[in-house]
Amino acid sequence: MSGHSTYKPGSGIGKWMDDRLPLARLMHDSFVSYPVPRNLNSFYTFGGILMVMLISQIITGIVIAMHYTPDAALAFNSVQDLRRDVAYGNTLQTWHAVGASMFFVAVYIHIFRGLYYGSYKAPREVLWILGVVIYLLMMATAFMGYVLPWGQMSYWGAQVITSFFSAIPVVGETVREFLLGGYAVGNATLTRFFSLHYLLPFMILGVVILHVWTLHVTGQTNPTGVEVKSRQDVIPFTPYATIKDAVALVVFFAVMCYFVFFLPNYLGHADNYIPADPLVTPAHIVPEWYFLPFYAVLRAVDFNIGIPFTEIVLIDSKLGGVLAMFGAIAILFFVPWLDTSDVRSTNYRPLYKIFFWLFVANAVFLGYLGSRPAEGIWIPLTKASTLWYFAHFLIVMPALGLFEKPLPRPASIMDSVLEKAQGAGTSTMAAAPAEPNTKG
Amino acid sequence: MSSTDTEVTRRDFLYLATGAASVVAVGGVAWPLIAQMAPNAREVAAGAPVEIDVSAIEPGMMVTVVWRGKPYFIRHLTEAEVAAATDAEQGLFRDYQSADVRLAAAGEGTTKNWAVMGANCTHLGCVPSRVEADGENALDGWICPCHGSKFDVTGRVTKGPAAENLPLPPFNFASAEALVIGEA
Repeated sequence: MSGHSTYKPGSGIGKWMDDRLPLARLMHDSFVSYPVPRNLNSFYTFGGILMVMLISQIITGIVIAMHYTPDAALAFNSVQDLRRDVAYGNTLQTWHAVGASMFFVAVYIHIFRGLYYGSYKAPREVLWILGVVIYLLMMATAFMGYVLPWGQMSYWGAQVITSFFSAIPVVGETVREFLLGGYAVGNATLTRFFSLHYLLPFMILGVVILHVWTLHVTGQTNPTGVEVKSRQDVIPFTPYATIKDAVALVVFFAVMCYFVFFLPNYLGHADNYIPADPLVTPAHIVPEWYFLPFYAVLRAVDFNIGIPFTEIVLIDSKLGGVLAMFGAIAILFFVPWLDTSDVRSTNYRPLYKIFFWLFVANAVFLGYLGSRPAEGIWIPLTKASTLWYFAHFLIVMPALGLFEKPLPRPASIMDSVLEKAQGAGTSTMAAAPAEPNTKG
Repeated sequence: MSSTDTEVTRRDFLYLATGAASVVAVGGVAWPLIAQMAPNAREVAAGAPVEIDVSAIEPGMMVTVVWRGKPYFIRHLTEAEVAAATDAEQGLFRDYQSADVRLAAAGEGTTKNWAVMGANCTHLGCVPSRVEADGENALDGWICPCHGSKFDVTGRVTKGPAAENLPLPPFNFASAEALVIGEA
């Protein structure tokens, strides 16, 4: 899509600058004249929303860091002081904490949208992979931010998550000691997490720039999955996409404000209002909601994996759980190659559509299971749900592309728009092949 | 370099030598940046042994103490608990050790009825809660609130996801009343 520039500098200063640093031209080409498919629906507004959320988190974060003391003895009270004594401190702190949750709401919708419309398929593999990298960085940032208020959940969350690294054979304990800066979670851990929590958002910003760059090289997907073929198929980013994104953002912020002002603690845990105590683990510890599905995967492996009929253990339950959990995220990197169908949009894949929604339901269910105690019926359900999660990527995705018969797709984006406008009957659909469409 | 018609020149040697020197230089710069992550000297020094007065801990009671920033359980077992732990079948444990190894005596000639163990679950480090054994789960001593691992009174794992027993710290009884953790 990086076609030739339509930017025309107005004033003399504009021309002078354009010959030296064409920043205005870059902005114009990227966010004004940039052509987007004319049939984008509301699910395509979440990229813009995420960009705004990142900036919002950085701004509120910088402000509340001015009132925060990264010291195990003082951190808890400094956050409470911020909430009680600083002008608007309560709102700013809540905006930042709720903002983290809303950031994940938006990113999950964005990821599922990408999965539904096949946004990871050629030529957008790098775009997708950069997105997964951003998602990983977001998780690391959110985790370390959650430790900073130094409440019970902060402390024990840090204890559990850093213990993942002690599962590494041989060097695990040493790696963990280097992460913690001690033999247990303590002051050294808090200060380094504060440092990294401040750094990572800027790294996210860097990867976001690459993410947008690749997007602007390959162009956006759209609900039909048919590539842009002519000028008829596109409209300029400004005003069309800009206004649409703005409307979506207002709705999104309205929901967020409801939480910030009326349910500020709904997404948190009461236990985090108890100062960190290294001697007592809260009776029921759960991570933040956005980590729950992966927490369930971690707990699903409570058995050793060994050579059958012998006592030899190859992977003990601890390492197995950690591998499964990281695998559940890492598998996203391979999605562009696991999906063998070359039909992008799930709208034209009747069988895959069923499996897609099953996958969504299962992912939500995994999250629910992650919030349940590890006992009784929840244990076998967690195992079944985890198995389905991996089967979707490793079995359903590769297999369906080989024998599924896709529905006929429109010849172009414009065709699909016109057809919708005129209603059914005047279809100008291209004859679709009746056999499975498989990549090369 | 093609293997057929060229020989090793002085320039090749210079390339390799420069490359090797650069690797050493980069490593030298990276070393302190990584080494600063390790537990600092004060943290290491805090690993000195601690002495705990256990005279007030009657059979059936327990205390949690801190050594090296980590909690440790000291549990004085009742006769029934010792008997249950000693008689338990090997097959019930995931990482079997005999009760003899897991228990300690406060002095020569007394029964082994002290259980001293690390209080962080060997799965992901939560502190297990004490539970009393009942008819159905005669071996229950601890249950981890995080992921449901179970341990008997001596800290031997009976149910996953934990794969290993609660660790035994180096410790000794300086006298019948004084337990030293950190020194075998």
